[in-house]
Amino acid sequence: MNTLLNNSDLFITGFRNTLILFFFAAIFALILGTVVATLRVSPVPAMRAAATLYVNVVRNTPLTLVLFFFALGYPKLGLVPIDFMTAAIIGLSLYTATYVAEAVRSGINTVPVGQAEAARAIGLPFTQTLTLVILPQAFRAVIPPMFSVFIALLKNTTVAAGFSVFEAGAIRANLSERGEPAMAGLLWVALVFIALVFILSAAQRKLEQKWKVDR
Amino acid sequence: MKNFFSWKKPMLVAATAALALSLSACGGTAGSPAPTATSDLPYKVADNVSISGSPTFDTIKSSGKVRIGVKQDQPGLGFKDAATGEYSGFDIEIAKWIAASLGISKDKIEFKPIPSANRESAITNGDIDYYVGTYSITDKRKQLIDFAGPYFVTGQGLLVKKDNSTINSEKDLSGKNVCSATGSTPIQNIKANFPGTKTTEFDTYSQCVEALKSGQVDAVTTDQAILLGYASQEPDTLKVVGQPFTVEKYGVGLKKGDTALRQFINKMFTDGGTVWQKLYDQSLGQSGTKVQQPAVENY
Repeated sequence: MNTLLNNSDLFITGFRNTLILFFFAAIFALILGTVVATLRVSPVPAMRAAATLYVNVVRNTPLTLVLFFFALGYPKLGLVPIDFMTAAIIGLSLYTATYVAEAVRSGINTVPVGQAEAARAIGLPFTQTLTLVILPQAFRAVIPPMFSVFIALLKNTTVAAGFSVFEAGAIRANLSERGEPAMAGLLWVALVFIALVFILSAAQRKLEQKWKVDR
Repeated sequence: MKNFFSWKKPMLVAATAALALSLSACGGTAGSPAPTATSDLPYKVADNVSISGSPTFDTIKSSGKVRIGVKQDQPGLGFKDAATGEYSGFDIEIAKWIAASLGISKDKIEFKPIPSANRESAITNGDIDYYVGTYSITDKRKQLIDFAGPYFVTGQGLLVKKDNSTINSEKDLSGKNVCSATGSTPIQNIKANFPGTKTTEFDTYSQCVEALKSGQVDAVTTDQAILLGYASQEPDTLKVVGQPFTVEKYGVGLKKGDTALRQFINKMFTDGGTVWQKLYDQSLGQSGTKVQQPAVENY
């Protein structure tokens, strides 16, 4: 308990930054992932190819490398300078979006073909078929895998500690230099993570109940 | 016939002489380029060592070997050659010296690279017998483990690019971007005592040095001894500026409560001034710095 109380500054700043990373990366990944998923089922072959390439390249790259690129490689390109926090959010978003895209795509596959055919039969164009008929049904089918992706994202944020973002993953290194017992520090970090994941799981249960499909 | 013999004899003599010369030359070169060879070490492996009341020593004695925690990524201090697997540096030499005093020969030493953040747990869990690797003696750490020494005193310093003329000491850091290892004491010190200084943290010092060379950060900060190691690797691109602005005393990390072993190593440091100087000159002293052995603290 002393470890936590004496170093509350580290824990508060650390987990605050973890939540910032998680929040923004989750929102961007959700938007980008949904767009990519719709591209993968779109009737235009070029769009399908581009989306497939993105998912396969980024998803098959270790997250550390993705963040490594944004923290150390990107600045060398001489484009708009970004700080490490922003770089980490971009890296995490691009990485997580591939998983979101695959989850959404699997949801789209659960929607019976008849739904799309019926939508087209009443004259809806592709975008409206997707946004009004297919995606709403797809989303409620993929709540559990989607939340797994977000829980993974929450824990993945700790990788950014190696790239100059002070978040939960950096707490242990700071504590160790302050001469605090490593085990106690790690236990507290783990405990807060469990609490955060518990909140996410609760949100998942709520959404599942609310959007339950009667079959 | 006569002519032939008179011609051959001196030739034979010359050939024999050349052979003898080349042989002796061979012997000469084999001996001299290895100052680290056993014959050249300023200490001997001790016989019949006994330290009563030291659990660590009992473990070493019964297993016949010693496990030493070290750093593997700090040139000049604790560095592992990736190609040969050989360890080198001042900390390594100190570690070997202690092993020899405990009666353990070089081939019975097992070096274990352990990063800074895991040092205390490695010692308390008994993964290693002792730790020698830029380990600063602090009051907080003394609560978890014991320290023998100090065997070296340094302080926080600054490494900049060779052509940098704006940073000459820690007073010039305002508005600059300073890099160090994630959560390390030097970076916590910069954050607390140098407001207006931007900080960048990477996992390792070598990543910071890379960022320095590519211009992403203006300076790298950590113990000056470590920085001198990097500067001596690339003297054309990097330089160490200013004087150390904190005091860091490097000690040997030991299991808490092993007073017998701590006193034994402290006595070894106190009595071994000439050995210490030779070990320093052979390793970190290559960077051109001259230092005195610090007095041992028998706290």
